[in-house]
Amino acid sequence: MPVVLENLGKRFGDGAPVLDDVNATIAQGEFVALLGASGCGKSTLLNIMAGLEPPTSGALEVPSDGAAFMFQDAALFPWLTARGNIELALQLADKSSTKASRRERATELLELVHLGGAGDKRPHELSGGMRQRVALARSLAQDRQLLLMDEPFAALDAITRDLLHDELERIWKETGRTIVFVTHNVREAVRLGQRVLLLSSRPGRVVAEWDVTEEHRTDAGRAGELTGTITRRLREEIRRHAK
Amino acid sequence: MPSNPITTEERTLPVTESKEHITSPSLKGNASELRDLEAGLDNLQSDTSRKRGIEWNRVLLPVAALVVLILAWQFYVSLGFKRRDLVPGPLDVLTQFVTMWGEGKVQEAVWTSLQRGVIGFLISVVIATPVGLILAQVAPLRRAFGPLISGLQVLPSVAWVPAAIIWFGLSEGTVYFVVFMGAIPSIINGLISGVDQIPPQYRSVGTVLGANRLQMALQIVLPAALPGYIGGLKQGWAFSWRSLMAAEIIAVGGTIGFGLGSLLDQGRLLSDMTIVMSAILLILFVGILIELLVFGPIEKRLLQRRGLLAGSSR
Repeated sequence: MPVVLENLGKRFGDGAPVLDDVNATIAQGEFVALLGASGCGKSTLLNIMAGLEPPTSGALEVPSDGAAFMFQDAALFPWLTARGNIELALQLADKSSTKASRRERATELLELVHLGGAGDKRPHELSGGMRQRVALARSLAQDRQLLLMDEPFAALDAITRDLLHDELERIWKETGRTIVFVTHNVREAVRLGQRVLLLSSRPGRVVAEWDVTEEHRTDAGRAGELTGTITRRLREEIRRHAK
Repeated sequence: MPSNPITTEERTLPVTESKEHITSPSLKGNASELRDLEAGLDNLQSDTSRKRGIEWNRVLLPVAALVVLILAWQFYVSLGFKRRDLVPGPLDVLTQFVTMWGEGKVQEAVWTSLQRGVIGFLISVVIATPVGLILAQVAPLRRAFGPLISGLQVLPSVAWVPAAIIWFGLSEGTVYFVVFMGAIPSIINGLISGVDQIPPQYRSVGTVLGANRLQMALQIVLPAALPGYIGGLKQGWAFSWRSLMAAEIIAVGGTIGFGLGSLLDQGRLLSDMTIVMSAILLILFVGILIELLVFGPIEKRLLQRRGLLAGSSR
């Protein structure tokens, strides 16, 4: 089932609209990077898609079972172990599941994110990258077709982020999820997305989009060219607010 | 929506400039190298917990402080400013204590009070926890009853003693009623403030994970609020213990047994400072013991498991 956003708008109170007339269609199984400068309403758009906030105007169509969500910081519960966090998600997603089946599934998910040995650690004992992988496993535990990610790797160091890009791509291919990935990092958007949507700032609106082809993935020169193009367009968008 | 925004104008820009923006299409290296890289980072960046042995200064420092205080007390008494029967020395109090221990009076008083305190406290916890959770989760109820609960916490529970005596007579009922009025509001308040300090993101995560109201309260809000709740329990215990002593001092006789408060009152009636001092010290030591043996370890374990202990002076 595709995700459709139609003339979506959002304003808080009487303020200026944060989002205005957002239109987009995201096909099932597609990996879309949602790019925009900080403060352009990317997170708000994601929250609306997740059902955490209602839109003030327009319509949206999302899968009826809702969406899995991954936050910018891992937002793991500190009173549970890595495994406990995943098991809680499994329990809340499927009330009838047995303890043994949850345990088994959590082990699988931990293996999937290469954290088989860290299941009994608590969040504060894990590095930022490991926490994000646990959070990724937790959002996969929800078993929803749509996975929304809100700058999940923004606070990580470069090497860890590169690794997680690789890992996310592998998991996306293995699980066939539809992913909407919010970022303000052009390289990251080009690295991950099949399609990059550029959101303007104040009000947020989809103003441009690019397809990232297989050629961009294998040819560094082509990828660099596309990154340059998108970066210029993004800067242009930001400069409009200088006056 | 523009489907092909790459205009010719953008393409004509010099190629050298765009070369500065080279992306890495994917990491170079085979899968096993990448896994090793990842495992290496994991090991480098995660905490290695260190086990420590018994920290002797945790035992020795408080004991040393106690010895210094007793010596100061003895020194003051030996200066002889006051009559010995008004200000007895440590040795006089110890002698009295040993005598009362021989009569079985100390054991009886401590046991009676401790039993009441613990039972009263546990019943208070059972009542206050659901009430606190409901008040914290349901905004209109909290607005309605919040100020009242805060007020009750400020009201000294001794103020309930006369009312309790009129309602329940000189019975256990009076003692427990006063303990409840002391402990319940402070446990409720502790739980509410614990809930208030929960990072809002935890609730968002709960919503996204599909928790219903009850699951949100029991599986997310309650564990998240646990540090504040334990603080509330600690204060609740302190209030029960204090209220209990006040009730025992004022309400003597009837079917009320002989507790530490009663011992204190007996010392006053006999004008025997050694009994009074013994009772005060016993009340103090029971309080310290509960903190050291019950709340201290629970709190420490809780904070340690959440990684909140680093750098604290505990």
